[in-house]
Amino acid sequence: MALDKPYTDIPGTTIFDSSQARKGYKLNQFFYSLMKAENRERFLSDERAYLEERNIGEEQIQAVMDRDYNRVISLGGNVYFFGKLFFTDEQSFEVGASSMTGMAPGEYREMMISGGRSVEGNRYTEEQD
Amino acid sequence: MARITAGVATSHVPAIGAAVDLGKTKEDYWAPLFKGYEFSKQWIAKENPDVVILVYNDHATAFDMKVIPTFAVGCGESFGIADEGWGARPVPEVIGHPDLAWHISQSVIQEDFDLTIINEMEVDHGLSVPLTLMFDQPDAWPCRVIPLAVNVVLYPPPSGMRCYRLGQAIRRAVDTFDEDLDVQIWGTGGMSHQLQGPRAGLINKDFDADFLERIVNDPEALAAMPHIEYMRNAGAEGIELVMWHIMRGALNEKVKELHRFYHVPASNTAVGHLVLENTE
Ligand SMILES: [Fe+2]
Repeated sequence: MALDKPYTDIPGTTIFDSSQARKGYKLNQFFYSLMKAENRERFLSDERAYLEERNIGEEQIQAVMDRDYNRVISLGGNVYFFGKLFFTDEQSFEVGASSMTGMAPGEYREMMISGGRSVEGNRYTEEQD
Repeated sequence: MARITAGVATSHVPAIGAAVDLGKTKEDYWAPLFKGYEFSKQWIAKENPDVVILVYNDHATAFDMKVIPTFAVGCGESFGIADEGWGARPVPEVIGHPDLAWHISQSVIQEDFDLTIINEMEVDHGLSVPLTLMFDQPDAWPCRVIPLAVNVVLYPPPSGMRCYRLGQAIRRAVDTFDEDLDVQIWGTGGMSHQLQGPRAGLINKDFDADFLERIVNDPEALAAMPHIEYMRNAGAEGIELVMWHIMRGALNEKVKELHRFYHVPASNTAVGHLVLENTE
């Protein structure tokens, strides 16, 4: 019997479950490698070479190089792991998170200061169209 | 005998640690948040606990994808402060309480809670930010700390009820420890927040207010709330709140609420904070 996944209809949200974890294993281990200062340096000096060494698929390599975090998520990336790349890029978690929302960082910050994104209309995908 | 005297709940956002480390606490953005912890700092200075059992989650810092323990207790002598990608926070190392930690693990494993034992690890903002919020910037932390790490990164985390029951088992273990110790238990993480995807930035004040009320006064019913409700209503990362149930399970059924605070935002997150006293 298939696993029950009641969370697939939450809009704009990918739950990091067993299938995502399996798909993203090498990708997330790459992000984790950025915890070491010498790896951050090597990665920044030649991103593609560093990624290719780690046997990550081409789609994932491209998503990382584009800093396309929604794509990274769909390919198995987890935010606590790719957060290490925000820091490598000297970017705050707030700016990193904003990049996935289609909002400019300033606009996102304003939204947070005025109480955050409302849950109304954001609970179920069917509420969205 | 050792006794659990109080519980503390608090969010543990990394930016809060950075605000203290960089001296920004008086800025307009941060001042209201730190004001909410003034009572708690004075209170804990008077309480002066011997040990804090600090329930937190590791954020892909000590644990990568190689090994993912659901519950892990730090039994080591001390725990270093991790470099999470921008250099280690300038805070003191964490001194453990191996005797009590081993006592807890040996007790609760025999009550069917299969804890992982950690002798060596570094701790991240999940553990150090609550210490900073409660103790500010001392040269050394004023008490011993037993880290209790809960997986909330990989779905599924343990259920709220499993966490609550583990808290109850920890309580029984502390009660049977021979040394005369005042022990606090802290539950950290949350409240509503989402860090990922187009829905990032989600905050739900109604959910949080209800959670703050019920964890004080109706904890067992609240612990039965399924994961999906956190993720749908409090943001994908709002699931961190399951850790608060461990804290609450270790306290008496009736507690005295000494302090409650709520503030939005700290970076992407709603900050919630409680100080609960174990009444006789
Ligand atoms: Fe966290």
